Amino acid sequence: MTEGSSFLALTDVTKTYGGVNALKSVCFEARRGSIHAILGENGAGKSTLMKVLAGVTQPDSGAIRLQGDNVTFANPADAAAKGIVCIFQELSIIPDLSVAENICLTQPPKTAFGLIDRKAQDRLAARVLKQMGCGEGIDTRSRCADLPLSKRQIVEIAKAIVQKPDVLILDEATSALTASDVGPVMDLLRRMRDDGACILFISHRMHEIEALADTCSVFRNGEHVSTFASGAKTHDEIVQLMIGKPISQVYPDKPAEVPVAPPYLDIHDLRWGDQLKGVSLSLRPGEIVGLGGLDGQGQQEVLLAIAGVLRGTTGTVRINGRPAVHRGPKGGKGSDMRIALIPEDRKTQGLFLSLSVRDNLTVSMLDRLSRYAVVDRPGEKALVGRMIDLLKIKTDNADVAVGTLSGGNQQKVVLAKWLATDPKLLLLMDPTRGIDVGTKQEIYRLLRRLAGDGLAILFHSTDYDELIGLCDRALIMYDGRVASTLSGPSLNEHNILSSALNLSHDNSGRETAAPTAALAEGLA
Amino acid sequence: MTAFLDIHLRRNNRALLAWLVLGGLLVYFLHIHPRGASIGVLSAWANQGTALAFLAVGQTIVVMSRGVDLSIGPIMALTNCLASHLVNGGPLELAFGIAIVVLAGAVCGAINGIVVVVGKIQPIIATLATGAIYSGFALIIRPIPGGSIDETLSELTTGDLAGILPSSIVVLLVLVCLFWLPVSKASLGRSIVAVGSSEQAAYMSGLKVDRAKIAAYTLGGIFASFSGLFIGFQTLSGDPSIGLPYTLNSIAAVVIGGTALTGGAGSVLGSIAGALILRTIGSLIFFTGLPPLAQPLFEGTVLLVAVAFGATRLLRINNRLEVFQ
Amino acid sequence: MRAVSFVTSFDGPTKAIAVAMLLLLAVGGAYYHQFLSPMYLMQQLQNGAFLGIVAAGAMMVILLGHIDLSVPWTITASATLATALVGTSPEALVSERGLVAGLGAGLLIGLINGLGVAYLRIPSMIWTLVTNNIILGVCVFYSGFYALRSQPSPVMSALGAGQLFGIPCAVLVWFAVSAAIVFLLRRSRTGRYIYAVGTHEPAAYLSGIDTRKVIVFAFVVAGLCSAIAGMLLTGYAGQSYQRMGDPYLLPGIAAVVLGGSSLFGGRGSYSGTVAGVLLITLISSMLSIMQAPEAAKQICYGVVIILMVGLYSRAAPAN
Repeated sequence: MTEGSSFLALTDVTKTYGGVNALKSVCFEARRGSIHAILGENGAGKSTLMKVLAGVTQPDSGAIRLQGDNVTFANPADAAAKGIVCIFQELSIIPDLSVAENICLTQPPKTAFGLIDRKAQDRLAARVLKQMGCGEGIDTRSRCADLPLSKRQIVEIAKAIVQKPDVLILDEATSALTASDVGPVMDLLRRMRDDGACILFISHRMHEIEALADTCSVFRNGEHVSTFASGAKTHDEIVQLMIGKPISQVYPDKPAEVPVAPPYLDIHDLRWGDQLKGVSLSLRPGEIVGLGGLDGQGQQEVLLAIAGVLRGTTGTVRINGRPAVHRGPKGGKGSDMRIALIPEDRKTQGLFLSLSVRDNLTVSMLDRLSRYAVVDRPGEKALVGRMIDLLKIKTDNADVAVGTLSGGNQQKVVLAKWLATDPKLLLLMDPTRGIDVGTKQEIYRLLRRLAGDGLAILFHSTDYDELIGLCDRALIMYDGRVASTLSGPSLNEHNILSSALNLSHDNSGRETAAPTAALAEGLA
Repeated sequence: MTAFLDIHLRRNNRALLAWLVLGGLLVYFLHIHPRGASIGVLSAWANQGTALAFLAVGQTIVVMSRGVDLSIGPIMALTNCLASHLVNGGPLELAFGIAIVVLAGAVCGAINGIVVVVGKIQPIIATLATGAIYSGFALIIRPIPGGSIDETLSELTTGDLAGILPSSIVVLLVLVCLFWLPVSKASLGRSIVAVGSSEQAAYMSGLKVDRAKIAAYTLGGIFASFSGLFIGFQTLSGDPSIGLPYTLNSIAAVVIGGTALTGGAGSVLGSIAGALILRTIGSLIFFTGLPPLAQPLFEGTVLLVAVAFGATRLLRINNRLEVFQ
Repeated sequence: MRAVSFVTSFDGPTKAIAVAMLLLLAVGGAYYHQFLSPMYLMQQLQNGAFLGIVAAGAMMVILLGHIDLSVPWTITASATLATALVGTSPEALVSERGLVAGLGAGLLIGLINGLGVAYLRIPSMIWTLVTNNIILGVCVFYSGFYALRSQPSPVMSALGAGQLFGIPCAVLVWFAVSAAIVFLLRRSRTGRYIYAVGTHEPAAYLSGIDTRKVIVFAFVVAGLCSAIAGMLLTGYAGQSYQRMGDPYLLPGIAAVVLGGSSLFGGRGSYSGTVAGVLLITLISSMLSIMQAPEAAKQICYGVVIILMVGLYSRAAPAN
């Protein structure tokens, strides 16, 4: 509204990571006084774009212009000095420092002697938190590591706005917030826009974008596909732009028949600390069941508890009719349970990036591949070949480091490593995060085929399209409980959302009074 | 105010505990000492621990940045040998000598930091290597123990202050207040802690990570030079081979003082207490009539207890994945 | 650079060191002809054997991303215990129980190290420092009360100082230890687990590996290696003595790191470690022959480590 012409402009920006084109000759412009949403699938290049703008990485080629001047950023400090500040997903919080110290980290208020003025710092931090409208409850002197994730994210946002940036970039910055905090943060962003800031808003929450953005840009496979005014395209059109093909083709058909075998997994009243408050569910061989909901409602914990990673759970977990008493993944892969857990973060939990494809594929089943503790090499080689063929893993040979593979192929290696153990129960934590549509489709088909072969599959996903497209049944969790079980026609977007926000059961007047606004602003 | 106290205690409880233990040990030591609680006894006691306390302070600063300095003992030996040549003569010469010695410590520390940052070498191995180099230079400067150091300065720093306080403790606290306190209260100190707590987050926040690391090692070197000077004042000579046991003891003092080797937080005061605890045990054994040969075992046991405190965190962990952090 | 070092026999660091050693020998040999004599080279192997065995143990622990600072007193304590037992009953065969007890002591210390690191989760750098101090304390305490004998048993003497077909027995022992370690790292399940745990322990745990057992195992091997070195050193020197282990801690770690292993764990090849041991041994011996003062040796040693390790880490892809 203040200035119409482009404030920030990228021309022909290219960035390559180990053979993968993260950004391909991207041209992009953003104006002052506007909220510009950037959409795209994981791996579409959104995050790389943000990192280039924030000085975290440097583009291989291309130019960035700020107010018409060419600029280069060697590091985040450079970008911040030019008024570009980025809010990461709690990446820039220093855990051992206090809330106030974190908020004022970049430019602490100083006394006449050049020392940090702690009192002024506390006052400033408290003022910013108050201004945000959702941070009053946070003690500015408590250590950030002691705060829950949602509060840390508020600190992260406060830390950015205290620098009064001209360009503010938010990378999924709202995904960790609690539903009640999303509204105030969105109001804050609108106020900043009205004051003339240029806000780049990266999110995959369509409703958040519809409620907030003035302009939308869609990225796909590292390319800037389209830019349009918010509201100019329908939801389906946007999704089609993002994935490059109609949604219906992505997911395999669901079987018409519901399997009748006795449940392989039966959980009753599972409790753990204040994160699981009595979860019950059962899962039959051949079923694919999804766990959905807002982030951090206990979905991950259910899977970790079944895998035996959590200590001090109460309630019963029965595997194949017998109570499961095991401690961790080693016990879980035993012949009596046959549990496989595909962890959330493939780079740090699922794979050994510096080790070879072969080592990664066989690490979980070396006990069966070796005699007298000596690895049977021919047997290992045969198995590796089989798994590479089965999952169509694209790799030159099995000796290359798994870290050199693309994200999708890495995820296939994680899957293959566990499928090699011949599991009966497959637990997956967000298995398609950050991989391309093609591989996603392959993984969906594989999962469906495995279910057809009698595997019981339980997975957690943050993507509700995935829940609708893939699951026979979806359990939506809220605050450590299963808020609702959805299947068949009732498994739709509206029901997932209202269950995720606990609208159908919640008694608190505020959210039920304005369901549409809450839906729009707190959507997962 | 109570909330502030609560938070403050929660952050520094290990350091506080170290001071309580030290207080108890000191009272017991003065109680059993044949000459009782006198300023002479107190000064002798303080002199024993001050050199290690300086090193522990330097080591703490490095550890806070998630590094470790295995060359801190060699720097101390090197500066000690340098002092045995330079800290002599008239007031001007003395001042010049001390300045050169401290500068040498700072340069050694800065080299450590540069090797870690520019060479991208892990701190353990980098400072192990630079430590060998500094030991070599110490041997060149003074192949065998000897030399001399100004006696007036020695009396000033190892005696007592107006019969009330051991001057070594006063010197220690004054130097900490001059060289670390301002840094810890300024952006630089915060950067050091931030880098130790999460290097990635510090970088993302636009802090100068490399500068903070080099500064931490440089401060470590400066405090090591204080230690070398003080040893000189105690022994009135230079000795190139005193470093090795001091390096490991400085790490032990840091641990006893409640600073975690994982960086990001730490208490310089706690480490001073840790160093004094280690030295008090030695004196205690001497006067309690325990065989002096039991001293190393006793020191080891104290370290064991301090370390075992750290293991209690396991009891609070209910997600087995958090065990690995 | 190939990231999977245990399938490639001779990786970058090994080659770099081989080149460095050949250069050293060529330049040195031009001035001092004895550098090229078989006698001299065999003597280097003998000198290197003790360090080599310590480094083999150190590498097991370093591959896990841990460190064993208890090497000095594991060596000394196992040697002291062995010779004390030999002293109580010097008859030929019975005295060998001293050897067995010495090795057992190394095993036990390794076990304690491993248990503290794996189960109590105390950082290895602190925990092994603590165990080192405690063993030191125990040794000083006991040796103060008893006049302990310090003569080695016949087998210890033979292994430490004897020769077989002109090859020093210590070198043969080093060879045997090396063969065992190479087999362990390259062919056995545990070897794979060591690389996995060292690369990233949570991932190893989630892959169904009992990571704690792997850690304990590696520390036990390290303790045993230190004890073997202690036995050989006693045999070589004809006695056990206080602080006999001190010169092996830092060079042992340095050899492993020079050989290209990362102190963060998960990366390193045994051939590199052997090369690192040979390089360190060669440098210190050549400096001795050239009658360089101790100071020059120390400086040389430090500079070589910084140059070589700096070279590797700058050549490696950025993390």
